[in-house]
Amino acid sequence: MTQPLLALSGLTKAYPGVVANKDVSFNIMPGEVHALLGENGAGKSTLVKTIYGLVKPDSGTMMLNGAPFTPAEPRAARASGVAMVFQHFSLFDAMNVAENIALGMENPPPQREIAAQVRAVSDQYGLPLDPSRIVGELSAGERQRVEIIRCLLQDPKLLIMDEPTSVLTPQEVDILFKTLRKLSAEGTAILYISHKLEEIRALCENATVLRLGQVVGDCDPRTTSARDMAELMVGTALHVPERAARPAGDTVLSLKNLSAKAPHQFGTALRDITIDVQKGEVLGIGGVAGNGQDELVAALSGEMRTAAGMITYLGENIGHLGPNPRRKIGLLTAPEERMGHAAAPDMSLVENAVLTATTRKELSNNGFLNWRKARTFAEDVITAFDVRTPGPNNAARSLSGGNLQKFVIGREIMQDPDVLVVNQPTWGVDASAAAAIRQALLDLAAKGTAVICISQDLDELMEISDRFAALNEGRLSAPRPAQGLTVEEIGLMLGGAHDMEVAHVDA
Amino acid sequence: MLMLEKRPQPSKAWTLAAPLLAVVLTMICGGLLFAALGKAPVETIRTIFFDPLFSEFAWFYRPQLLIKGAPLALIAIGLSFGFRAGIWNIGAEGQYIVGAICGAAVGLAFYPTESFLIFPLMVIAGILGGVVWAMIPGILKVKFGTNEILVSLMLVYVAEQLLASMALGTLRNPEGMGFPGSRNLAKYDSASSWISENAGMHWGVVAAFIAVIFAYVILSRHQFGFNVRLAGQSPRAARFAGVNPKLLVLVCMGISGGLAGAAGLFEVAGPAGQISIDFNVGYGFTAIIVAFLGRLHPIGILLAAGLMALTYIGGEIAQSNLGLPGAAIQLMQGMLLFFLLMVDVLTNYRLRFGKGATV
Amino acid sequence: MDLSAINPILLLASLMVAATPIILAAVGELVVERAGVLNLGVEGMMITGAVCGFIVAVNTGSPLLGFIGAAIGGAVLSMLFGFLTQFLLSNQVATGLALTLFGLGLSALMGQSYIGIKAPEFPDWHIPVLGDIPVIGPIVFQHDPMVYVGLAIVVAVWAFLKFSRAGLILRAVGENHEAAHALGYHVIRVRMLAIMFGGACAGLGGAYLSLVRVPQWTEGMTAGAGWIALAIVVFASWKPMRLLLGAYLFGGVTVLQLNLQAAGMAIPVEYLSMSPYLATIAVLVIMRAGRAPGSLGQSFHASR
Repeated sequence: MTQPLLALSGLTKAYPGVVANKDVSFNIMPGEVHALLGENGAGKSTLVKTIYGLVKPDSGTMMLNGAPFTPAEPRAARASGVAMVFQHFSLFDAMNVAENIALGMENPPPQREIAAQVRAVSDQYGLPLDPSRIVGELSAGERQRVEIIRCLLQDPKLLIMDEPTSVLTPQEVDILFKTLRKLSAEGTAILYISHKLEEIRALCENATVLRLGQVVGDCDPRTTSARDMAELMVGTALHVPERAARPAGDTVLSLKNLSAKAPHQFGTALRDITIDVQKGEVLGIGGVAGNGQDELVAALSGEMRTAAGMITYLGENIGHLGPNPRRKIGLLTAPEERMGHAAAPDMSLVENAVLTATTRKELSNNGFLNWRKARTFAEDVITAFDVRTPGPNNAARSLSGGNLQKFVIGREIMQDPDVLVVNQPTWGVDASAAAAIRQALLDLAAKGTAVICISQDLDELMEISDRFAALNEGRLSAPRPAQGLTVEEIGLMLGGAHDMEVAHVDA
Repeated sequence: MLMLEKRPQPSKAWTLAAPLLAVVLTMICGGLLFAALGKAPVETIRTIFFDPLFSEFAWFYRPQLLIKGAPLALIAIGLSFGFRAGIWNIGAEGQYIVGAICGAAVGLAFYPTESFLIFPLMVIAGILGGVVWAMIPGILKVKFGTNEILVSLMLVYVAEQLLASMALGTLRNPEGMGFPGSRNLAKYDSASSWISENAGMHWGVVAAFIAVIFAYVILSRHQFGFNVRLAGQSPRAARFAGVNPKLLVLVCMGISGGLAGAAGLFEVAGPAGQISIDFNVGYGFTAIIVAFLGRLHPIGILLAAGLMALTYIGGEIAQSNLGLPGAAIQLMQGMLLFFLLMVDVLTNYRLRFGKGATV
Repeated sequence: MDLSAINPILLLASLMVAATPIILAAVGELVVERAGVLNLGVEGMMITGAVCGFIVAVNTGSPLLGFIGAAIGGAVLSMLFGFLTQFLLSNQVATGLALTLFGLGLSALMGQSYIGIKAPEFPDWHIPVLGDIPVIGPIVFQHDPMVYVGLAIVVAVWAFLKFSRAGLILRAVGENHEAAHALGYHVIRVRMLAIMFGGACAGLGGAYLSLVRVPQWTEGMTAGAGWIALAIVVFASWKPMRLLLGAYLFGGVTVLQLNLQAAGMAIPVEYLSMSPYLATIAVLVIMRAGRAPGSLGQSFHASR
């Protein structure tokens, strides 16, 4: 057996109240594509940050090419040949591609040379990119290319990729995989972090599974079934949501040529969105991040007003109404960002209940709030949705992501909406909470509510939707029945080729 | 290594303890400062913080406490709404001046008629003057996205020039033998804000207490108070909750301007007596300290206003009895705000000793 | 009134002098804000610089040492702000205000025995050849050295931000501190250095008032110059070269109103004195600011 490129042994890192990594050991061989698999909160990020020098382990050692490896900071890790592509937070919107790349390098050459190198590398690996463009104007896929090229320019021996495909269309995923395979063939090892099992089976030669900070298993993903890996990852058999058959209902909400300007510099304009939403259905809206999801939610919630006639609710024009009048007539929303949008992090759960439920739950009298009633409502949500918290007076930010998400979704569902719009309902939520949320959405639809679920998780959408449509650059494809859609068809819809699709398939 | 660790939620104990700790630290550092200036530290601290309340002449100083505390409380209550909502009106001094000018102008226009209607009219004019002055940064922010901090502050300097022009020109006392300054409103019965000069009671004191109660109810019980707090903590969540951010800017600027204007009118028609070039003594700026020291909470503001009034009065005593420079008091007030911001970290973070990720 | 008493050449020359304190303070604050920190204490640092510079200059007889003392005084005061906002994560708006209030008190206390004293002479340079050019010479090339120091700092800051690696890192920290941290840059170290630079520049600006422009010490002598500098940073859209334009515009209004006062214009003095502040407001309204640095005003705390 050859010497491993990176050998981790006994890595432990504890934070107050949480052990993020406990006695983690495994090896990565040169040129290998190694998967690190685990749920949210399993300790993947902490482990990766340890390798990249952002976190110092409490105990344990790392060996790189047989020599002790203790990077004090990312700079040191990069100098040793470890590069990382982040899931979020590592690009600078207002700067151009070349500047962004220079920031990720130790001793960058002058800008002009960087531009030439970027062109060379992007040709070599099939990742087209213009070095002079401002990063804030790039698509999610292009932004990722910036990060990858930034890493590749340093000839890394180990490339860490943190959830790289969550922002890509299936076609873009294919391109990425080709690049990664090419790199691997050239001898670069890749540590690939994901919770998407099929991807890992398609790409990786080896997988280490983390659960609650500990290594719970190693396997060869090419020969292990997705189900087995899932159970390793979660620890129990997963609950698959049940859906009842439901008849097509009457139209409650229609969007007609909904168009709106981008609300800010790096936002997306909505273009000609037309769709009818029926009672009792789950309409799944897929799409890569930044294609108008936030803007569509804002237009539906009333945070963004639209011209007359574009949004009608039971035949009434509602484009001019603000959030509360819309709540009053039964149109509720749960936005994507929990902290600071759907909920105020520093406020208690009782106050966060008041945030959206004043109108429908009659929590105020002539403007004076009834805190007792609000508290009761918050407690009801906590009980009904199994929100784990010491009590309703705790601040929202003290809850884990999954629990806060259950509270936010529960708060809307408990108000008996006629239409519920949710954006990324299970983003960053552990598998059991995600399953509970999906089930709650299906139950709500079974009671006759129209549910619009916007998500980047295609598996989720296929699981709960009756109809599926895709957002691309602010346009919405024609909806199609979710059952029987193939991955290729979905990919084409996401990629914006929906016009062709409509021509020969009946929606 | 000393590290900060974010608390899952703000500590209630430290929310209350932080201002007290800040006061204690200010007394210690103030004492060191006084020692450096060659004064006996303990005696000076005692003169500033205790003599106005407990010395043999306290009967004379206690009413002063109301006189100095009332405008501070009134202005700070107004500011607290905006500060909570993330709207930074720091030009209260200007609104105070303009309120005083407008209110006094109404009173002077009626001179020497006596009527019980005159004073209420002056109050309304004072409030309106403050509101109008505060609406300038408010409307510019809403319409053009102009920074309200800078505009409201620029308008303080404009208001000071306006005041000079009024004191020397339009509102000058025609019987004042050419001296700058208006007629004395405190001596004009229908326009005087005094209730009992010996007890230090004037209508501004009454207004301050009403404002405290009113603000308390609004902030803790009313939807508007909730919206204000929400907008300050999470602007995006506030929009989602249906708060109109532009309206909120105007209302918060209006409240703070109106209360500052009223404070100016009460001052000019009572303790100050007349419009003069320098009748304003910086209450509008000190009120910023009061608002923070009181944790933007009405009751806290009331206590903080009292404390700050104490340092003003004690400072004057120390100035005349011990020869302490007036600037030292100003410095101590600034120090107090610094210490408060410094210990505030303990409300949201926990101190930990140990190794860990480097900052 | 007699408008012919106003000499256009002298007017333009004094415009450059009037703009200098603002340029100095504003260019420092610009760097601070490009690093993502909003320090509203410019006024406090300026006046502290004014008094420090004055004291040092009077005691040593050297204006040059005075300026150095002012820069140190401003930088030391700014460290207080830096310590609170960067290490104790206090609110930047509140802390900046506190710094201003504190600086006003501190300077008044320090300067109380220096009131009424005249500052040592700080002679103008008469730059050979260039200074002899008619019209342009007296306007541009016959000033005291600090006028040129101010311009040099602006150009240096421009080049630093545009071309240097450190400038790129500083912009990165101001644009997205989370990302800069993830790439391994020391957000707090960069910001502390920027804050210190801002303090030193504000100190220089203050000392220019007390040593050259007035030249003596009076309480509260900055009279809002620090706030105007803040406004000019916004006006300049955080770009150094545009900052010059803003400062000269402001300097122009100041000088013009002073000249009109001297010429005995029929408008009362108070209304003329308002004009620089009103002009600043007008400029803030008319010039829509560009995009502010992404992390401006936010506290940074490295999380797990």
